[in-house]
Amino acid sequence: MDESWRKAKAVFAALSAPPVIWLAVFFLAPLAIIWGYSFGNNKSLTEIAVDGTFANYIHAIKPLYMGIIFKSFGFALITTALCLVVGFPVAIALTFASQRSKAWLLLLIMLPFWTNLLIRTYALMAVLRTEGYINLILAFFYNALSRLTALTGHPLAAFQPLELLHNNFAVVFGLVYVQLPFMVLPLYAALDRLDRSLLEASLDLGAGHLTTFARVVIPLAVPGIISGVLVTLIPSVGAYLTPDLLGGPSSQMIANVIERQFKTANDWPFGAALSFLLMYMTFLALAVQAIVSRGRRGRREA
Amino acid sequence: MSEPIIRFENVTKRYGKVLAVDNVSLSIGEGEFFALLGPSGCGKTTLLRMLAGFETPTEGRILIDGEDISRTPPNKRPVNMVFQSYAVFPHMTVAANVAYGLVVDGVAAPERSRRVEEALALVKLDGYGGRKPDQLSGGQRQRVALARALVKRPRVLLLDEPLSALDAKLREAMRSELAQLQEKVGITFLFVTHDQDEALAMASRCAVMNRGLLQQVATPSDLYEFPNSRFVADFIGSVNLFEGRLAVDEPDHAVVVAPGLPTRIFLDHGVTGAADSAVWVALRPEKIELHKRGDGRAPPRLEDTPEGCNLVAGVIRQISYLGSESVYEVALEGGGAVKALRSNLTRRDQEDFTWDEPVWLAWHACSPAVLLS
Repeated sequence: MDESWRKAKAVFAALSAPPVIWLAVFFLAPLAIIWGYSFGNNKSLTEIAVDGTFANYIHAIKPLYMGIIFKSFGFALITTALCLVVGFPVAIALTFASQRSKAWLLLLIMLPFWTNLLIRTYALMAVLRTEGYINLILAFFYNALSRLTALTGHPLAAFQPLELLHNNFAVVFGLVYVQLPFMVLPLYAALDRLDRSLLEASLDLGAGHLTTFARVVIPLAVPGIISGVLVTLIPSVGAYLTPDLLGGPSSQMIANVIERQFKTANDWPFGAALSFLLMYMTFLALAVQAIVSRGRRGRREA
Repeated sequence: MSEPIIRFENVTKRYGKVLAVDNVSLSIGEGEFFALLGPSGCGKTTLLRMLAGFETPTEGRILIDGEDISRTPPNKRPVNMVFQSYAVFPHMTVAANVAYGLVVDGVAAPERSRRVEEALALVKLDGYGGRKPDQLSGGQRQRVALARALVKRPRVLLLDEPLSALDAKLREAMRSELAQLQEKVGITFLFVTHDQDEALAMASRCAVMNRGLLQQVATPSDLYEFPNSRFVADFIGSVNLFEGRLAVDEPDHAVVVAPGLPTRIFLDHGVTGAADSAVWVALRPEKIELHKRGDGRAPPRLEDTPEGCNLVAGVIRQISYLGSESVYEVALEGGGAVKALRSNLTRRDQEDFTWDEPVWLAWHACSPAVLLS
């Protein structure tokens, strides 16, 4: 394969040209333009002068914006951790399910993908709001309890619905809901590759199920855990719709700030600088992760 | 046989409607090197996995040292297993693999490392403790799996198709090495194989299984020379099988008449079957003598056999030269074919008989085995 394409250069060029051109025209070029804007300033309402200024970046690293960026990373980390905790048992259940139920479970996990994110988020609002299903159910039980205590002459105070929407909780809840499949699928792929006889060998050698899980399953699932964490963490940092609809005034994430720069504030250069700052930080985090894991592998082989 | 260490009592295993193991009762003694032999799907692996604890019998009991362990979880049983895939933990070093069972048992570090060293030396892997499994060959990985199981000093070591993943040369070396190892550690070995050569070469006793049923339990030589059924005779080694009727059945001799064979089959022992009943005669190819018949040569004389028995004329149709021996397929006069085997004792032996050569086939009265089922 790697030999034959070299011999048929024309064919290779013809086949690879459309995607390369597509990526260059519709991805790389706009990205480069935005990157250029991040070093410019507004001349008028529609005109931007790219003059190589760092003023936008200096503005972006002010505590107000850095605070929101760190908060975004915080939300993303909590989301990722929750996805891992919730997703691991789901992935295990998938791995050990029978062929028939496996197909159904996978369908259930994939189903939300086929629904528009906006609709899913509004549906979540219907669940979480003060008159939502959760509060309705809680109110039902609370009122039943209240009627019981009324028999003893001490009725409870009126039901106060829980504030589940427009706060940090709602944002993390929504992010976990959206990102969970992205965690489950890589974990499932890693666990499904696991040789079952390794688990049997562990049991055979006297280990219980928990020990087997800790000493055999988790170490061998590490590649799946890493890719699951990355595909959950990175989109979560830049989440826009979820904090916009489910979050309150204090739970805005960096993507919401960036959106305001491009739209209401009409400050494209600053929006561009914020976007690229987020990208630099993500790349930096990935690079650190790669170096750390390479160092660990190097030590293991030594 | 010494006091049994393992007892299967009327063990049956069903998967839905499929009967994997059918009412098997079997005792295995201390220090035996026992083989479960049979074609794939015969239930031998299920039996082994029930002993290891990965499957639960549908009916019946399994006892180790007189104690019912049918429902004991695998990590609480005094048996350890060498898996067909070896199942060596890829993320641990060789030493960590071998130490695994001792760590989970809470064996103290100094004793642990001493026993790991011992076990690695036992399987001739001294100095390999720091390696990772992906730096080992298949044969070395199997030794790790062996050491990992033996270090726990199990009452019984279970081996699932132990040699199937090795190449031919290594397989032969490993056969004798496993037998030596077993003698050295004195632990009861129970292994599963579909390879009859492997079972005959290594086992002190074999159980032959077919379709979930135990067919015969015997020493390798008894299985080969005194099979109790057509299945065993056919499964172990190569055999010529003839269907016939028991014509004469006296305490000291018997005669079988087989339509497929133009001679009477004379036996130097009685058969405990109803007279005139249908029987099968199994005749091993190496027990048939090949004599030249061309140029009006007289048929060979057989001292222990009356005239007109155990002697047929035929023509060589096919020769399979196997190096140490040759297999001759002889077409009989009057139809049918018989396989005869001849050792190539000298370097020119294989030139003695050639294609289309007329021959006499003869065998002794003690050679055929009579099968009632």
